[in-house]
Amino acid sequence: MTPRRRQRMVFVCVLLVGVATAAVLTFLALGENMLYFFSPSQVKAGEVPAARNVRVGGLVVNGSVTRPGDGLTVQFDLTDNAETISVRYRGILPDLFREGQGVVAMGQLSEGGIFDAEEVLAKHDENYMPPEVAEALKTAHEGGKMATPDSSTKP
Amino acid sequence: MIPELGHFALIVALSLAIMQSVVPLVGSATGRGHLVAVAAPAACGHFVFVLIAFLVLSYAFAIKDFSVLYVATNSNAQLPLTYRLSAVWGAHEGSLLLWSLILAGWTLAVSLFSRTLPSLFRARVIAVMGLVSIGFLLFMLLTSNPFERLVPAAPGGRDLNPLLQDPGLVVHPPMLYMGYVGMVVPFSFAIAALLGGRIDSGWTRWTRPWTTVAWVFLTIGITLGSWWAYYELGWGGWWFWDPVENASFMPWLIATALIHSLAVTEQRGAFRAWTLLLAIFGFSLSLLGTFLVRSGVLVSVHAFASDPDRGLFILVFLSLVIGSALALYAWRASQVSGGGNFQLLSRETLLLTNNVLLVVACASILLGTLYPLILDALQLGKISVGPPYFDRVFVPLMLPLALLLGIGPITRWKKDAARVLGKRLRVAFIASLALAIIGVFLVVDTPTIMVIAAIATALWIFCATAQAITARLTSKSTLGQGLRRLPRSFVGMALAHLGVGVFIVGVTASSTYSLEKDIRVAPGDSYELAGYRFEFDGVSTATGPNYIAQRGAFRVYRGDDLVTELHPEKRAYPIQEQPMTEAAIDAGLTRDLYVALGEPLTDGAWSVRLYFKPLQRWIWLGPALMALGGLLAASDRRYRIQSRARESARDSSSPTPAAALKSSVG
Repeated sequence: MTPRRRQRMVFVCVLLVGVATAAVLTFLALGENMLYFFSPSQVKAGEVPAARNVRVGGLVVNGSVTRPGDGLTVQFDLTDNAETISVRYRGILPDLFREGQGVVAMGQLSEGGIFDAEEVLAKHDENYMPPEVAEALKTAHEGGKMATPDSSTKP
Repeated sequence: MIPELGHFALIVALSLAIMQSVVPLVGSATGRGHLVAVAAPAACGHFVFVLIAFLVLSYAFAIKDFSVLYVATNSNAQLPLTYRLSAVWGAHEGSLLLWSLILAGWTLAVSLFSRTLPSLFRARVIAVMGLVSIGFLLFMLLTSNPFERLVPAAPGGRDLNPLLQDPGLVVHPPMLYMGYVGMVVPFSFAIAALLGGRIDSGWTRWTRPWTTVAWVFLTIGITLGSWWAYYELGWGGWWFWDPVENASFMPWLIATALIHSLAVTEQRGAFRAWTLLLAIFGFSLSLLGTFLVRSGVLVSVHAFASDPDRGLFILVFLSLVIGSALALYAWRASQVSGGGNFQLLSRETLLLTNNVLLVVACASILLGTLYPLILDALQLGKISVGPPYFDRVFVPLMLPLALLLGIGPITRWKKDAARVLGKRLRVAFIASLALAIIGVFLVVDTPTIMVIAAIATALWIFCATAQAITARLTSKSTLGQGLRRLPRSFVGMALAHLGVGVFIVGVTASSTYSLEKDIRVAPGDSYELAGYRFEFDGVSTATGPNYIAQRGAFRVYRGDDLVTELHPEKRAYPIQEQPMTEAAIDAGLTRDLYVALGEPLTDGAWSVRLYFKPLQRWIWLGPALMALGGLLAASDRRYRIQSRARESARDSSSPTPAAALKSSVG
């Protein structure tokens, strides 16, 4: 092997190792930071893993929004028209948050069965329904179950 | 009647685009010069007719013609004229029209400024741009006609989405589209080179300034979008790793890689095939971005109500363009590859590593953006990939890139000695590390390793760039002479690199030391954040042209000095029945103070969000420096001299298209 070739080999090897490392780290990060979506029916059925961030979505039940305490904590009910869960959030809700609207909340299920949201998303278009919410409503209406990843494949 | 003229103009533009692409390609394949000569005039006509269509739509908005569906859906009689005009690109159909107009504009610019190119090559470039334009015009005419009538006409119009009633809408989309669509220029140059089977230093010299200008627009567009999101969405964030942001960021990463690989191809003749591939990828990602945004497959703040036909059309178009470009590449790339040799330690290697890092970063963002779509399509469940993923993957990839960025400009082409290079960089390395540690410990109370590493990296960029500049200067006799003699491309590069450093400092400070507080305030209450006292004076009602606002009044004190008065608003737009938070920001070079109104609570109290964001402006100052650097580099003397030299050569010899054809076919 000529010196130039050896140099080239070294470079290619270093490059390959680097890219491979990046790929492994990428997939690890992807596995750890995936957020699964659940409908209220799935939450009630106990499908939500404990102590892990997930997203739930549905319609905000009319008349369910309350502000216990100092007014910064908001509690509301989320429904897919089959089951209903309570969501608790501390902070300022997005502009389009309204009763009867479809919203998605990100957070964890607490011991008491109340969903503690870190973030509440409502879309910036009054006609727009988050696709997950639309599908959750549809499947709940048909009495079916949403496609969900097998729990053994979860990282 | 007039809207129909617009529709008609689009059809004429489509026919001209077909002429602009098919005729010259046939001419170049069969060697008929008069067919090749059709390209430029057709491109000119194509631009004129798209412009007519665009003006007609703008006119319909200006005179409030609510018998046009698009106008009725996206404006209102009370909407001010500026926003009525920018509402042209406020939704799907019109933004496609803007896209087509910009594409036709780039084509016209290429055909005007490329007179000195070999005529066959020039015709091929214009033809490829015409092919892309056919796709977009067909898309508009078949699935998204902006001139569709509404019978009977609406009395008032549904108004523009309140989020878009902002100066941000006036400038952000056109800039971003200029960049997005600008990537079509290197793409067309690459396809034309592959068709001709030849790539020489003239090719890279031509492609470089165009690519740089497209990159500058993309940089400005993304930066404006980030700034707009920051003050308009009311969450105080400047980057959300939203799929649509990613869609614009991926072409930017590839364009950045392309700029650097073009430098190698121009200076040393190496990386030719790789440069072509990057040019193809860059535009493919622009198209992919359009598909992601326009087809409604994504969950994002940008998502429009979707229409499956549109998604299908773009998907087919996307696969046609990318598929045929890559097929052509696979067939022809071996003919154009080859080039200068270089040793392991050389500027070529460093730039190659830069390219690898940028491409890997782009790939990881692509993975995070598409993974939820793929899982969903395979019925494997609904997931989303959040910002933590992107932060964890992107930041570690950018760190080595930033370190290399200091070394690259002082390393020699072809071959350098590690010992000499080490000696050159030792001072900069030690200085940046020491300054970072001292500086961070002096300025902040809670220094962390990450902060020190990031600040050291930024300082490393500053020091090494300064060293690269001085190295250039010391070879001249006097300082003034040296400064004047610095080529613009070098100054541009240095400026852009400094911009990266500024950006790193801004991101580090803002992401680590921002303070955020959601509080309840009643009139007369005050709250202290980061040494600033926010006094709330209550909320009053104010009326705008098409909204009613609740206007809060805050006085901000530092000690006893009044710093500023802030007036955040909560607006209600009656026609869209949508509330809208308008944050109030006191911007400064060292920090931003940010107040957003939440909801009214009992007894005149409000929930309010306060932010203190140190060095927030640096996040946009950095990219602004990069864009400025790009402009300087694109206007470098050698590109201008070369075009003038060629022009005079052309004037004296003036080859006929047929003669040029013969010479470049051979």
